[in-house]
Amino acid sequence: MARNALLAVVAWLAATAAPTLLFSDYHLFQLTMVVVYAIAILGLAILTGFNGQISLGHGAFYAIGAYVTAVLMYQYEVPYWATLPVSAIVCAVVGFLIGLPALRLGGLYLALTTFALAVAVPQLLKHDALERWTGGVQGLVIDKPDPPFGLDMSPDQWLYMFSLTIGALLFLLARNIVRGRIGRAMMAIRDHSLAAEAMGIDIALLKTRTFALSALYTGVAGSLGAIVVQFVAPDSFGIFVSIYFFVGLVVGGVSSIGGAIFGGIFIEFLPNLAEKVSKAAPGAVYGVVLIAVMFLMPGGAAGFVGSLLSRFRRGAKSGELRPATIGGSGAENVPAAAGVPRGAEPDAGGNRGV
Amino acid sequence: MEGVLHQVLSGIASGGIYASVALALVMIYQATHHVNFAQGEMATFSTYIALTLINAGVAYWIAFVITVAVSFLIGLLIERIVMRPMMDAPVLASVGVFVGLLLIINSSTGWMFDYMIKTFPTPFSGAPVLFQGYVSGHELGATFVTLVVLVAVYLFFRHTKLGLAMRAAAFNPVSARLVGIHVGWMLALGWGLAAAIGAIAGMMVAPIVYLDPNMMAGILLYAFAGALLGGIDNPLGAVLGGFAVGIIENLAGAYLVGTSLKLTVALIIIVAVLVVKPSGVLGRTVLSRV
Amino acid sequence: MPALLEVRSLHAGYGETHVLHGIDFAVEQGGVTALLGANGAGKTTTLRAICGMVRSSGEIHLGDDRIDGRPTEDIVQRGVAHVPDGRGTFVELTVEENLRLGAYIRRDRQGVARDFERVFGYFPRLRERFRQQAGTLSGGEQQMLAIARALLLGPRLLLLDEPSFGLAPLIVQEIFAIMHRIRADEGVSILLVEQNASLALEIAEQAYLLETGRIVVSGPAAEIRRDESIRRSYLGY
Repeated sequence: MARNALLAVVAWLAATAAPTLLFSDYHLFQLTMVVVYAIAILGLAILTGFNGQISLGHGAFYAIGAYVTAVLMYQYEVPYWATLPVSAIVCAVVGFLIGLPALRLGGLYLALTTFALAVAVPQLLKHDALERWTGGVQGLVIDKPDPPFGLDMSPDQWLYMFSLTIGALLFLLARNIVRGRIGRAMMAIRDHSLAAEAMGIDIALLKTRTFALSALYTGVAGSLGAIVVQFVAPDSFGIFVSIYFFVGLVVGGVSSIGGAIFGGIFIEFLPNLAEKVSKAAPGAVYGVVLIAVMFLMPGGAAGFVGSLLSRFRRGAKSGELRPATIGGSGAENVPAAAGVPRGAEPDAGGNRGV
Repeated sequence: MEGVLHQVLSGIASGGIYASVALALVMIYQATHHVNFAQGEMATFSTYIALTLINAGVAYWIAFVITVAVSFLIGLLIERIVMRPMMDAPVLASVGVFVGLLLIINSSTGWMFDYMIKTFPTPFSGAPVLFQGYVSGHELGATFVTLVVLVAVYLFFRHTKLGLAMRAAAFNPVSARLVGIHVGWMLALGWGLAAAIGAIAGMMVAPIVYLDPNMMAGILLYAFAGALLGGIDNPLGAVLGGFAVGIIENLAGAYLVGTSLKLTVALIIIVAVLVVKPSGVLGRTVLSRV
Repeated sequence: MPALLEVRSLHAGYGETHVLHGIDFAVEQGGVTALLGANGAGKTTTLRAICGMVRSSGEIHLGDDRIDGRPTEDIVQRGVAHVPDGRGTFVELTVEENLRLGAYIRRDRQGVARDFERVFGYFPRLRERFRQQAGTLSGGEQQMLAIARALLLGPRLLLLDEPSFGLAPLIVQEIFAIMHRIRADEGVSILLVEQNASLALEIAEQAYLLETGRIVVSGPAAEIRRDESIRRSYLGY
């Protein structure tokens, strides 16, 4: 355990120091956004990957977090770092309240409700009643924070280190939760909710708390994002933000904490590359990748890597010795017999946890 | 009082469009137990096809018919190629595929037809305006068209052999095969029909809200609300729900929250339905409460 | 008598579970063949394999055609009507719609109309409940509806999966009495799967006994009925 901790600290130092020294401010900005998105996707991973609920509206929490920070900084001159805990609490509360009704029901209904939330949020943000605080359609511009204690580094460098540290802490926290009692309960609900309830787990409460936790994560990501981008406006938080988080989640690996990092990389860099082809390209690429992953690699990148690694570790698995194959006609199109359940878990090959 | 009447009548007009899209959603849901999140994008794409034809000089109603036929084919193809393998997939995978489809179609629309807002013609503008100016010619015409579509769909499903076969395939695919129905083709037809209905809805709403690649996002939301309100497994409920949402939206927008918060009204409806009666007013499904 | 249905070396299963381990049997033209066995023996799987509803290997001959490996709709077209376990009724549809679906693939309107009348002759209750939603019918009536639907196909081969299941004894008697009539009048060959061996052996000419996916006893139904040791060991009476 101690060795792992040491490795982790070294890795964190390396991840912080190397880019800060090597990269330009703009590249650091991009890397910081990777961290921000990774945290946002981590929120989704906690919800979807470990608790089996689907949200198509996490962009709403990202937006709320961003606006809480922006409003506090702009209107009340709260220091940037102090806005994070506030944003976390606000998003957790909102997540809890929204979670309560929607979570009694199955996956599709939550997906619908969160979709509705994501579509409605930009409208809400533009509304006149809130304009005094939110700046209406034009939004708010906030100042980039200076490095503390007069340290000799650029604001971008400082922000990178700051975000990375917050991110590392949040990842550690997520890892501990997932591996602990709560995590096991979450996964029990995901896989066998009836059995879980029979064992005394309060399903509704745990689901709602998970939703609140995931909202918290994505909200903090939104706060960080606002600080880094220095700007919030309603139209930046439309339905596509939620959809892109979803894509990042799937591509990275639905039930993988490490996959969230890959997802963050994916949604930060892909649009830049794709937009060189055409404005429409990012969406199309996302769509194709999403469908391809669903068909070919349901465990996402993390799942793919995980199965590669386990193949190395175990050598050739002889699990292919099955009883004589039945029906050589390759009859995939033969319908399953009525009443026989088909098991097809999306993350069958994926990592669970880091 | 006159204002209320105007809002109600307008609400019925937009409600007809929501009802149509809601019907398309419910049709696919009944057959596959999946919600087609890409329904709106498909309708938008179809509307652009219509605009292209009209701009090329094709007469409105001919363009209309061609668009409906082409949309039918596109829906059919999507089902056969993309959806068929996902038939038994768990919820996450199917949501992923639908969202992926949404993204692809949305981007394709933007790429093929650019992102500028366009106007879309209505064939009804010359029509007399009824009820002392409460209803525009287009609103009246659109209501009429959507009602015709809804009635036609109803008659098709209730009184034709093919409609019966499609319902059977949706309710009980195993038994349907046992009477010789090709369930796969019934699903494809269902998709084609849903796409065609969506296309009509798109063409009816575009003159009002103007055409851009994201035109249908809000309408899809209203359609969801309507389908949920009426009962996601009940076509009649979905239709009534769509009309109800149209009226509620207009009244709320005019008197309660202002037009800029109308989408929030849809969200509130959805949440309210899920809290009070998740199966919808007319629905029958018992949802797992775990 | 020539066999309408011949099955050779049939293996079948679900996923990785291997249920049938190479069985052979035949259904004679115009006759009733019973397939008996306890729960889990593989009786239902056998019927499903014949209809192409599960993965299988082996030979299945229907008349001159080979039907193994073909999709279900195809097999139905060739005159195989399957009344599945659990009835398979379209519960959301009306009795009328259920029956019309039975005749879905047929093109001869007059023939269908005649068959409707014949079916009402066997099951007058269905005429009474014609416009009712099928889900509101009692278990026995749903079984009658399922059989009627199968008959409306005008099949050569009728597969019946546990028609007595879950029904009160009186209703079962009624249904089997009607089945005697059907078998006498219709000339359709019947493959009857039943746990209720005594009822099945009364109506069948040939019987096969299935145990964990293998045929352990086969022969004329009358002989099996008389053989006390078989009855006691395998059939429980």
